[in-house]
Amino acid sequence: MEGLYAFCVGLLTACGIFLALRGRSFSVVIGLTLLSYAVNLFLFASGRLKLNAAAVLGESEQYSDPLPQALVLTAIVIGFAMTAFAVILAMRARADLGNDHVDGTLPTVPNDLQQKSGGNQ
Amino acid sequence: MSSLIWLPFLPLLGTLIPLLFARFNRTACAFATAALPALTLYLVLSYAGGIFQGERFQEALPWIPAIGLELAFRLDGLALLFSILILGIGLLVILYARYYLSNEDSIGKFYAYLILFMFAMLGVVLSDNLIQLWFFWELTSISSFLLISFWGHKTEARKGARMALTVTGAGGLALLAGLLVLGNTVGSFSLQDVLDNGDLIKASANYPIIVVLVLLGAFTKSAQFPFHFWLPNAMAAPTPVSAYLHSATMVKAGIFLMARFYPALADTNLWFLIVSLTGLATFLVGAYVALFQHDLKGLLANSTISHLGLITLLLGMGTDLAAVAAIFHIINHATFKASLFMAAGIIDHESGSRDMRHLNGLWKYMPYTATLAMVASASMAGVPLLNGFLSKEMFFTETLHQASLGSLSWIIPVLATLGGVFAVAYSMRFIHDVFFNGEPVNLPKTPHEPPRYMRVPVEILVALCLVVGIVPSLIVGDLLLSAATATLNGPAPEYSLSIWHGFNYPLLMSVIALIGGLFVYYARSHLFKFQAQFPTSDPKLVFEGVMQYLSTKAARIIAVTENGSLQRYIFFVLTLAAIMTASTLMKLNTTAGQRTVIPLDALSITCAVLLCISALATVVWHRKRVVALLTLSVVGLIVSLAFAQFSAPDLALTQLSVEVVTVILLILALFFLPQKTPKESSPRRVVRDLGLASLIGGVIGTICYALMTRPLDTISTFFTANSKTGGGGTNIVNVILVDFRGFDTLGEITVLGIAALGIYKLIAKMRLYMPSTNSNGLPWSEDKYPLLLSVISQSLLPLALLVSAYIFLRGHNMPGGGFIAGLITSVAIIQQYVAHGVEWIKTRIKLDYQIMIGSGIGIATLSGLGSWVFGHTFLSSWFDYFYLPVIGKFELASAMIFDLGVFLTVVGATMLILANLGQLTTSERPIQKEHD
Repeated sequence: MEGLYAFCVGLLTACGIFLALRGRSFSVVIGLTLLSYAVNLFLFASGRLKLNAAAVLGESEQYSDPLPQALVLTAIVIGFAMTAFAVILAMRARADLGNDHVDGTLPTVPNDLQQKSGGNQ
Repeated sequence: MSSLIWLPFLPLLGTLIPLLFARFNRTACAFATAALPALTLYLVLSYAGGIFQGERFQEALPWIPAIGLELAFRLDGLALLFSILILGIGLLVILYARYYLSNEDSIGKFYAYLILFMFAMLGVVLSDNLIQLWFFWELTSISSFLLISFWGHKTEARKGARMALTVTGAGGLALLAGLLVLGNTVGSFSLQDVLDNGDLIKASANYPIIVVLVLLGAFTKSAQFPFHFWLPNAMAAPTPVSAYLHSATMVKAGIFLMARFYPALADTNLWFLIVSLTGLATFLVGAYVALFQHDLKGLLANSTISHLGLITLLLGMGTDLAAVAAIFHIINHATFKASLFMAAGIIDHESGSRDMRHLNGLWKYMPYTATLAMVASASMAGVPLLNGFLSKEMFFTETLHQASLGSLSWIIPVLATLGGVFAVAYSMRFIHDVFFNGEPVNLPKTPHEPPRYMRVPVEILVALCLVVGIVPSLIVGDLLLSAATATLNGPAPEYSLSIWHGFNYPLLMSVIALIGGLFVYYARSHLFKFQAQFPTSDPKLVFEGVMQYLSTKAARIIAVTENGSLQRYIFFVLTLAAIMTASTLMKLNTTAGQRTVIPLDALSITCAVLLCISALATVVWHRKRVVALLTLSVVGLIVSLAFAQFSAPDLALTQLSVEVVTVILLILALFFLPQKTPKESSPRRVVRDLGLASLIGGVIGTICYALMTRPLDTISTFFTANSKTGGGGTNIVNVILVDFRGFDTLGEITVLGIAALGIYKLIAKMRLYMPSTNSNGLPWSEDKYPLLLSVISQSLLPLALLVSAYIFLRGHNMPGGGFIAGLITSVAIIQQYVAHGVEWIKTRIKLDYQIMIGSGIGIATLSGLGSWVFGHTFLSSWFDYFYLPVIGKFELASAMIFDLGVFLTVVGATMLILANLGQLTTSERPIQKEHD
């Protein structure tokens, strides 16, 4: 089981990093989300894997390590806040700069500069 | 007798007072500001009796004793002398500034900076720890930057401030390095240990490094040659600042440093050569340049440089008597120079000019001020019966007893006399050129006497010059003796403070200086002509040139490394990380450890395969955004299943609810981001990225496997054992969050709140690209809220809130708690937004999410502070069991209040983000306000 788990963590990491290395903001956001899954699983695994051992007193014979769980719990919530921040930053960058590039180059043809509508600006 | 800690920290509290009182009139503000420094001065003086008897007061609060960090203060003779100067002259400057600053200047801001500087300076002189001393030292640089640039609308103020900060800041870095080496050599960062180990330091191989680095700090701060150029440029500061910083306090910090470390570092050939030659050069250069200044403050600034050089020279001579003379001159220079700066400020204020080519014959217009300024400059020139004369006599005496240059030692008294000649000449210029010598030329306004109380600080200081000059031992005898004892870290030598020592060489040197100075001043027109032949080299231009060169170089390097490509930064960071971890992993002999592994089962394999397929699908289809989002959410679901399987129900619940809000967030974001992602990565780039991603994925997987198969040694046994007895809950994860590590959680919800507020601000000012068609060019259909969804979600809301309350309440003992309950509530509310639209919600749910975040963090903090009231440490929780009919036995814990704070913050933050993002397309979108 541990081998499988480790494989999944490694695969998620690789997928996350590959997407984070793309040149557009939405891909980077998705990549960061995948990477944060991997990081959370990795941190959680530092308490070792245990079956039927929830860290609730009186519920089982032995308990899984509660400390990494507490750390990961807040990490998940903060991870959401970070993803949200990255998303809004991407939106803001698009609004202010007119494109969603994060590769430092300006688009040669402003093909993704769609017509500005909505009317209330 | 109060605690020493209060001495610097009372002024720190005082920085707030002027800001609070700035709305009242200026006099009230000045008096309120002066209150705390006056109290501090009183406290300092209450120690004086003990110190004069040879006592030394020390007090320390340990912080990280293992690495020698502590908050330690000492008050000995030297610190007492400087504290009196800092506080006494500071109080006079507060009074003076009340009249000096005009109505346009923000007096509250000025006083706040001034008191901040006072705090920093007191910190320097009272510190009993090297690192702490350095910290305050840097704080003086920063607060003096703020003071010099107080008139930030003037170019020269900004430039002067930047120059002062650059020079003293660079010196500060050298000082830090020097102090670190010094502390490591001695093995302690306590000042007392350093002072007691002078022989050890001087014998060590590090000694030259320490001396050079520490002296670099001292020389830059005290404007010693060749770092002296910043001081004249700092004259762009308001004159009260010059009177305070550039005569009595900040520039004396370098002198203080040399005096403080005198027992530890002085009395070697190296020290003598560097310190005395630098001091001598500064003494002469300052005195010579001062004569040719046309700006009143420029003259005073260069004269200050010269006098600082004189004190440095005395400290470099290495004899105990010279050190006493140095201390005495510190006192005298502070009194006459501060009063001269103030007088110059009055002249500037009442005549509108500081240019001595325009200022002439002011005696007729301001006789009182003129008399005061003339007495002070006579003291600066070293005229008998004034304090400047006494210390200058001691200086001349010491130069005569100097033998360190061997047979060339006669040079020092000769050069000292030469410096004295110029000192008399520029003092004469200050008196004659300004107050006599014809009539004013083209002054902007007719000069007149200043307001009565603006003159009071000058009068006090000039009176001190006179009294010290006539009865020195009565006024400063004890102070000087105790300061000298503290400087030498041993008994002070025999010295005599009387004003008449008979006919001797020092008196002859004084007479030569006086007569020579008068002659030089008389013949000044020839000297000015001679000086005009030299090409003027403005150190400001040289400095700016160096700065320009450095910044263009830096910009070029930055242009190469930071080209704005996020991909490149991530690539560099990850490659480095991969190399570092991979090279360490190679030292690990076997991947698998000794721990028995859990056998595989079919369900786990199925889930893992699904996870891998979804993750790969996300990568493959990342340009098809909605599809990528769907596959991403499958990954998230399986991750939460994994948490559930491996005994982490809390995590599973959290991950599940976060998953919902994340997907909603990303769907909303998709609307505002470009609808298509063009294919643009070159094949080579794809291969490169795949290679790096696989390498790191492999490394992380290996570490994870190696970690999991090795036995666990955890600190969690403490939490498991004390969860019920100490925290009152059986859900250990929750007890860790709200009790054991509650402080961490408090920090985390604060981060959450800050992120949400940041997002809110980013949204509020956003210009939008809102597509009116979908990616195929078809127009969007109008929003219609499906009836079925509206009805069901409306009836689901109470149920969802009930579940949320249940999860919240049981959280302490069963999986659940504030985080999860908050997320569930958020999801329930978001569902209403989705089903009914913003307008519908606005009329029914009136929640201010910003207030919710604030009150959440507030409640959590207060529940932590509450335990202080009961005499426990921050955030320790209380719990007890109660019995109610019908309901039965139940538990109340203060941790639940904390959890309520967590709950509110999570709901507020999530909703602030999603609701505002969701309503961007509607008429309810947040709009940019006028003042933003």
